[in-house]
Amino acid sequence: MVSCLGQVYGNASSIHHFGQVAKQRLETARRQTAALIGCDAREIVFLSGGTEADNLSLFGIVRRSTTHSHIITTAIEHPAVLNACAQLEREGAAVTYVPVGSHGLVGPEDIRRALRPETVLVSVMHANNELGTVQPIAEIAAITREAGVYLHSDGVQALGKIPVAVETLGVDLYSMSGHKIYGPKGVGALYVRRGTRLDAIQFGGHHERDRRPGTENVPGAAAFGRAAESAGAHLEDDTQRIAGLRDRLESALLARLPHSGVNGGRAARTPNTTNMYFDHLEGEALVIALDLRGFAVSTGAACSSGAVEPSHVLTAIGLSSDRARASIRFSLGRDTTGEQVDALVEAVAASVAHLRRLSPVAA
Amino acid sequence: MSEAPIAVAMSGGVDSSTVAALLARNGHAVIGLTMQLWNQRRLPDLAVEGAAGRCCSLDDVYDARHVAEQIGIPYYVVNFERQFEEHVITPFVSEYLAGRTPIPCTLCNNFIKFEQFLEMADAVGADKIATGHYARITHDDVTGRYQLRKSVDEGKDQTYFLFGLTQVQLARSLFPLGGMHKAEVRGLAREMQLAVAEKGESFEICFVPNGDYAAFMSAYLREKGIAETATHGEIVTADGRTLGEHAGVHHFTVGQRKGLGIATGEPLYVISTDAESQRVTVGGNDQLLRAGLTARRVNWVSIAGLTMPTRAAVKIRNRHRPAEATLYPAAGLSGVEVRFDEPQRAVTPGQAAVFYDGDLVLGGGWIE
Repeated sequence: MVSCLGQVYGNASSIHHFGQVAKQRLETARRQTAALIGCDAREIVFLSGGTEADNLSLFGIVRRSTTHSHIITTAIEHPAVLNACAQLEREGAAVTYVPVGSHGLVGPEDIRRALRPETVLVSVMHANNELGTVQPIAEIAAITREAGVYLHSDGVQALGKIPVAVETLGVDLYSMSGHKIYGPKGVGALYVRRGTRLDAIQFGGHHERDRRPGTENVPGAAAFGRAAESAGAHLEDDTQRIAGLRDRLESALLARLPHSGVNGGRAARTPNTTNMYFDHLEGEALVIALDLRGFAVSTGAACSSGAVEPSHVLTAIGLSSDRARASIRFSLGRDTTGEQVDALVEAVAASVAHLRRLSPVAA
Repeated sequence: MSEAPIAVAMSGGVDSSTVAALLARNGHAVIGLTMQLWNQRRLPDLAVEGAAGRCCSLDDVYDARHVAEQIGIPYYVVNFERQFEEHVITPFVSEYLAGRTPIPCTLCNNFIKFEQFLEMADAVGADKIATGHYARITHDDVTGRYQLRKSVDEGKDQTYFLFGLTQVQLARSLFPLGGMHKAEVRGLAREMQLAVAEKGESFEICFVPNGDYAAFMSAYLREKGIAETATHGEIVTADGRTLGEHAGVHHFTVGQRKGLGIATGEPLYVISTDAESQRVTVGGNDQLLRAGLTARRVNWVSIAGLTMPTRAAVKIRNRHRPAEATLYPAAGLSGVEVRFDEPQRAVTPGQAAVFYDGDLVLGGGWIE
């Protein structure tokens, strides 16, 4: 990325030599990204991130369709999908939000039941960002294919954490984000299966095969490509090691702290995420207490001010508002060590004990 | 770091920013916290672009965060929206609909800015809290009580809104600006090159844009799906003449002159409102005068209580010059009868009556 910023100053759309160097970098990145998910490089569109990838998928499909189109999505999607759907509803589309059970998993048959003749798109995230639960995308794809409906999946939280093969998954559109695979923020990619009828939602030049106008972010794309390559190389080792650390964290906390538990099903999950509740306290206070001790964890969602908002995901899996507020999410990464996990367990145990001493409702 | 940190309530304004910066400069461990109290997006009908003094606006959070970064302290926004709605908005709305004129700032101070904030301070391991209020806290070694005193800057004094503070709250609170004038505070902010040094003041009730209570009330009730019942009635004089009609008593407050929609020879003022009959009584200025009042739910601050008639200066509005009076213990432990030396204009139910002895806040209660 740095070499791109310093040396590759050509515009990838220009004919001259400098432009061609930039174009080469861009296409290398496209091939690297395609290799990670097992698609053709021509099916990759670079853009600004997961949110833009989701918006392009939803608006691009719906605007291509005739009037009164219907979309099926789930109650636990990222705001990039949910708020895009809300806008589509204002523009006249119909949206069905399929509920999920306490495990945080979508039932493929619920998707089938929601289908209507005017359904044009099903959008189900691959891995949930708060729970880590991995959705049965391949089973859903069998249903959408049979129905002749496009399937989009927001893969931002899955890419680099679990194997992603778009052919096996059977998706038509797949959103990816740079900073979730150790790449930079502000760059993302969308897989668009060849033949997918997708309208552009921004207008300008002919970049990215008319899918996404605007001078390409060559340094960002190059870094995304490198990150994708690295993610592919690390995937197997990372997955096992990080899942081991996650399980160590969970079992230690569950053993040490009464009135605690894991939110959502534990079977089908990304290796790096666990969402836990510690009853009789405010998760917001726990997040701050842990940050002051040097650990960055998070609660459900943050609003624009940075304050914690109630998590729609935890509500959707049936948690009471008290328990949803008493929940926090731990995310582990490639650089997390066993010592760090042990230190985190101590910090959480101390903070939870402190907060429960203050709580009027603690046992 | 042996000393427990101090939690500073940062609003993004010049006062609380200066408090945080001063404490940090003096070597204290400081944690900056901004309380998110109200989501302006909830009532989009009321959205007013660029209105000053808006509660919890994003601009204020950015400012507070910027100052925290300048002075190098940890900073967090904490979500108190649920508590604010329960303890401030709901009582505010029901008081208003009952024809009284509530002061949400006092409720907010009592339940949010001190009670809830102290809980958050406990949670993050802070012993003390500090705010940008203009007031002073002293300790009476004889009685063992913490005392609340007026700010040295009389024009900025905020003790009228702080009479509900408990001894425990006072023991743990710091008001570093109470001994300063506003100009000094701004000077310090400039000297420390704080990003908000030139920022303007906010005056209005924070969650009510442009001071339009009735519009807020309508939008809030609409959001809650509550129908505004009996929203019109008669405007009458004390001797029973009907002068006109109005769109609900909550549009009126005692002493109000404008907006009556009646043209008469002499100026008319609202003398009283009655929610049940939806009747607004108007009259001349002299009819606004009252010889006394009853205060309920009195909180004693600098003294333990009232056992005998006691002289005091009583303030019945924030911008009221305290009136000399005698306080009499009233039936029920938390009541006080106030007899003014001179009748006072526009004694307004729902507002606070705060009792002073010089700069000392004896206590205060709610006007019946």
